[in-house]
Amino acid sequence: MKNTIELTINGEKTEAMQGEYIVDAARRQGIYIPTLCNLPGIKPAGSCRICTVFVNDRLMTSCTTPVGRGMEIVTESKELDDFRNSVVELLLVEGNHLCPSCEKGGNCELQAMGYRLKVMAPRFPYQFPDREIDANNPKLIKDHNRCILCKRCIRTIFDEEGHHIFAFRYRGHDLQIIIDPTYGKNMTDEQAQKAMDNCPVGALLYRGIGFSTPIGKRKYDKKPIGSEIENKRRKEVLS
Amino acid sequence: MSKRKIIATTSLAGCFGCHMSFLDIDERILDLIQLVEFNKSPIDDIKKFSKHCDIGLIEGGVCNSDNVEVLKEFRKHCDILVSFGECAIMGGLPALRNNIPIQECIEEAYLYGPSVEEANEKGILPNDIEIPMLLDKVYPCHEVVKIDYFLPGCPPRADLIWDILYALITGEEVELPYEVIKYD
Repeated sequence: MKNTIELTINGEKTEAMQGEYIVDAARRQGIYIPTLCNLPGIKPAGSCRICTVFVNDRLMTSCTTPVGRGMEIVTESKELDDFRNSVVELLLVEGNHLCPSCEKGGNCELQAMGYRLKVMAPRFPYQFPDREIDANNPKLIKDHNRCILCKRCIRTIFDEEGHHIFAFRYRGHDLQIIIDPTYGKNMTDEQAQKAMDNCPVGALLYRGIGFSTPIGKRKYDKKPIGSEIENKRRKEVLS
Repeated sequence: MSKRKIIATTSLAGCFGCHMSFLDIDERILDLIQLVEFNKSPIDDIKKFSKHCDIGLIEGGVCNSDNVEVLKEFRKHCDILVSFGECAIMGGLPALRNNIPIQECIEEAYLYGPSVEEANEKGILPNDIEIPMLLDKVYPCHEVVKIDYFLPGCPPRADLIWDILYALITGEEVELPYEVIKYD
């Protein structure tokens, strides 16, 4: 094919489509690179850094780096594992992640990442920041204690005319997401549900329903995050 | 068989749920009592350390002066300390008060909370030297003393407790299955 380029992932020669990002190229090969802020098909933000891989011995975020001819990519190593663990641990201490009382428990991607990487306890001191819960919106509850500022809601939720419903305000430590007071009020149930589903943590909660799936049947109770991608590879190798 | 290992357990600012989960190892408890003996622990109701222990299991975070004392005593009397449960690791639900001034917490609990006003007509706040002082915040155990191992979960799954205890007692390496590491 004309638009494919050759590169190496974990020592294996493979082909990728011109212009696609490393994370997507690897996924098509059945190689899962952990991601939190990334959503397939949406312009990447590169804000969580957990998808970092070695590209020609340099650390790069695989969700924002397009493939290049002859790249030598390493997605798994002891050093990368430790690096990814530290990202999860930093996110856990930076907010107030009280998993036992969170409605998103079991379906939370940050939690699932901790399970996958076997994070038993963070090596960093807990910050216990003073953050508020905002229940002004009629459809959504916004809990800043849990927000990891991935911008997924900003990047994916628009009203019918294409206006952003979510945005950032303030800077640095005070940075937080806000729901536009006007467009937010007219949000449909589908948009609110989508916002909750797209949120990797429990920062956006659709009102009126919670804890609907029993423990043991939730998304990440039995299967690690990313296992559906890796299983695809396993099946192909077997067949 | 070599000498039985000695285990001590305690619940600081916890709900005893982790101890309940410990009992959830079911019939394996029969194997356990062949391998270990309990010292200071609510399981056998020994109140004070009577000998040096190999393993100490800590449930709950550190919310008052008594917790600090007990935790330091555990560090002194145990070779290995294990934080088990979210509260021991990060303060857990008691840590919800960490951003509320302690005065406000006490007033809410004894003066203004629902059902309290009538029961506490004189508006008495507990203040006695016998009562442990509340700390300004609920602290994770490893921010007070050195903790060697962490078992997450609310409560930690019985299988996780068993796997880790068995590994610590026998010295064998353990490969933890995915299902046992949970934060809720």
